[in-house]
Amino acid sequence: MITVEMRGITKRFPGVLANDHVDLDLYAGEVHGLLGENGAGKTTLMNILFGLYQPDEGEIRVRGEPVTIHSPADAIALGIGMVHQHFKLVPPFTVTENIILGLGGWGFIDLAAAQREIAAVAAQYGLDVDPTARVQTLSVGVQQRVEILSSLYRGAEVLILDEPTAVLTPQEAESLAITLRRMAEMDKTIVFISHKLEEVLRVTDRVTVLRAGRVVYTSMTRDTDKATLAREMIGHELTSLERAKVLALAGDEDAVLSGTTGASAATNNAPNLIEVRDLHVRDDRDLPAVRGISFQVHGGEILGIAGVDGNGQRELVEAITRVRPIQSGQVFIAGEDATHWKARDFIRHNAAYISDDRHRDGLIFNFDLSRNVTLKVFDQQPFARAGLLNFPAIVRFARDLIARFDVRAPGPHIPAGKLSGGNQQKLVVAREFSQNPRVIVANKPTRGLDIGAAAYVHEKLLEERARGVAILLVSSDLDEVLLLSDRVLVMFNGQSMGVLRRGEADPQTLGLMMAGTPLTALRVQEKVS
Amino acid sequence: MSTTTADTAGTGTAERAPLPWRTLWDNVVQAALSLVLALVVGGALLLVSGRDPIAAYRSLYYGAFGTTDRFTETLVKATPLLLVAVSVSICFRAQVWNIGAEGQMILGAIFSTWVALHVKGLPPLLHLVLAFLAGALGGLLWSLIAGVLKAYLQANEVITTSMLNYIAVYLLAYLVRGPMMDPQGFNFPQSPLIPEELELPRLIARTRLNVAFLVALAAVLLALVFWRSTWGRRTEIVGASRRVAAHVGLNVPRTILLATALSGALTGIAGWGEIFGLHFRLIEEITRGFGTLGIVVALLGGLNPIGMTIAAFFFAALVVGGNAMERNANVPFALVDVIQGCVILLVLSRAYLFKRSSS
Ligand SMILES: Nc1ncnc2c1ncn2[C@@H]1O[C@H](COP(=O)(O)OP(=O)(O)O)[C@@H](O)[C@H]1O
Ligand SMILES: [Mg+2]
Repeated sequence: MITVEMRGITKRFPGVLANDHVDLDLYAGEVHGLLGENGAGKTTLMNILFGLYQPDEGEIRVRGEPVTIHSPADAIALGIGMVHQHFKLVPPFTVTENIILGLGGWGFIDLAAAQREIAAVAAQYGLDVDPTARVQTLSVGVQQRVEILSSLYRGAEVLILDEPTAVLTPQEAESLAITLRRMAEMDKTIVFISHKLEEVLRVTDRVTVLRAGRVVYTSMTRDTDKATLAREMIGHELTSLERAKVLALAGDEDAVLSGTTGASAATNNAPNLIEVRDLHVRDDRDLPAVRGISFQVHGGEILGIAGVDGNGQRELVEAITRVRPIQSGQVFIAGEDATHWKARDFIRHNAAYISDDRHRDGLIFNFDLSRNVTLKVFDQQPFARAGLLNFPAIVRFARDLIARFDVRAPGPHIPAGKLSGGNQQKLVVAREFSQNPRVIVANKPTRGLDIGAAAYVHEKLLEERARGVAILLVSSDLDEVLLLSDRVLVMFNGQSMGVLRRGEADPQTLGLMMAGTPLTALRVQEKVS
Repeated sequence: MSTTTADTAGTGTAERAPLPWRTLWDNVVQAALSLVLALVVGGALLLVSGRDPIAAYRSLYYGAFGTTDRFTETLVKATPLLLVAVSVSICFRAQVWNIGAEGQMILGAIFSTWVALHVKGLPPLLHLVLAFLAGALGGLLWSLIAGVLKAYLQANEVITTSMLNYIAVYLLAYLVRGPMMDPQGFNFPQSPLIPEELELPRLIARTRLNVAFLVALAAVLLALVFWRSTWGRRTEIVGASRRVAAHVGLNVPRTILLATALSGALTGIAGWGEIFGLHFRLIEEITRGFGTLGIVVALLGGLNPIGMTIAAFFFAALVVGGNAMERNANVPFALVDVIQGCVILLVLSRAYLFKRSSS
């Protein structure tokens, strides 16, 4: 049974056609994947269904009836619920209080009764949530369950989840998938927004691909495959690098390991630009996170750091970029002892840094693009003269970078928060690479990006490598590490498990090392057997 | 980058400075709506208590603007409000919630009066400038205490600045009854008068409007320039995100300190203006709540120099007109407090009230 029909939905934002005559049908009892690059218009389309935006054109039918959805309240009344990427919960309140918050009604609230009802709904859908727990004590995964529970409690028949797995651990994502399946069995309609191919294939019944605001592909999930979906998402002619990436995603690892990306520009006499000697760093809880790591990165070389998240990679990167204190050991940048530098000195020595969290470390979301791209240089010529900002120069610089780095934005004066994630990352890359760095430290530079944007970042990194830049690339994405690195250092529990050259690094060896077996031990085993 | 010369002109609105004029306009509309709503609430109250709201508001209006005399009085009251608001806005934009304007104003008054009374043998102009600088220094030092605690020990500035306010009030009470008391003052809690040649010149004869008002306008200009300077930009970045600021290499504690220092200096100058322009001696009620009201002005003006100027005049008019209304229309001054209270509530809740239209 069709529950929702969206017909010819068009939505324009200043300078952007976010949705272009989109048709979408949703059926009861299906998990419908909405796949597309960042900025493809997925969130916008669903915000329209949830009443947050009004479409410029087009119509919506719910259970056959034409409707106009003016607000989320209208949507909820029609049985449509949405879980956004950023949750809307009040941390000090309990789960029950959060769920009944804003439900309206006058008179007194029977908390105990509400609690029982909520527990019943939770049990019905197998959502493991304690209705009396305070939200601030809950992990992100459980908070998401609270949001889902809240929608169900309000009678949602159609539940939209915007990139729900972006914030989850693999285990939590697995348990979410089970919940969604169960909800579909109970005849609910689920919209699952994602740009991760695997999980869309695993979780959904049907999939629709959006590209640049248009629907370009719809299929039953069982009738499609990774390579097709990846092609539809990216659309335009693939560069060799993107093709390698697509093949890698499609499971064709040979193409990657045969070195599609070309040889490194590094030669034996290239200068040693990043060096770390017996480094020890503590984490935010003051526990040892990096425990005696040493390595060198030469000009024209990419050293990949592979490892399961949380094995000290972030602390390593932050120590090198000098935003985190060093406990002992030394760091050298371009031959100079950087151990006692401040972040400012790191920047001033022509070193760039892409953090793994652009939201927290990299961008100021309510600053416009021109302010964001000049965060590191606004007090230098020609952006400042005699202590006063030179706005024309700043804006021209921003326009130039936006064009050069292909940031899709209506202009330099819109807030960075309005861009899609991929374009935000391009903005960071634009800022960091605009000063012709000699050293680049990139921590998961493609985290949360779709294939197109990730490929773009990869290309830029390789361009910089070709210029002779020394690049330290941290990633928990094996494909990425294998694709780009000249050498791979595997980190486990704050220590190095060994360094592999391009060609030696096969996924199996890497897997063993990431699980804590040092390379030397592996070599010994090889000899014995 | 090609040349950075004369093509500034003709590039259109897009390349204008960052003081967001659209935002300013939104603020003006929102502020105006808040005010109208507050006046309506006040009017309803008057009606309920059996008074004629039209007559009351008319007398309020004439009280604030009716004659040159009344109008200049409004400007006189706007002076400290404007200085405090500009000062507070610098801290607020750095996300330093400095509510210590009362205390900083008091210290500015104490320091500058002390210089006026105890430094001898200087030419009057130099003496006056020295007193001015002393006032700035007094406010600066007082705010810097909270600034240092905030920047290096992460002490909550709301608590430290309000504590410092109490200390300043009692310090002033002690000084005007002890070390700085006027020996010929019949035991009134006040200092001796400052030398006559240090009194600020009047802008219009036989009114109280004086040079301090021009100083307040200069502070507005200073703020406009400040937000176009690298110092202002640093302050803004640190205010937007301490973490990003650290990642782009800014010295966060130092930026916080400098913002509090600048802010304290401006507030201290407000204290100087009250002494040298109006009272000519240290008295206990030197701030008359202007420190606190200045914070409301800053918020109502959206921390924008132009917006704050408008807001300062409005509140000054409300106070001056309210006094007249009490005298002439027999409406208690408490009504002014009600209107002020309504405005404050509306300003604080406007993020919610106007959310739909701006997002
Ligand atoms: N409120 C908005 N104002 C202006 N542009 C927007 C707004 N929301 C989204 N956009 C633009 O619309 C396009 C689609 O964005 P979005 O729907 O968020 O994409 P997705 O969710 O697929 O990543 C992007 O180019 C984005 O910059
Ligand atoms: Mg989105």
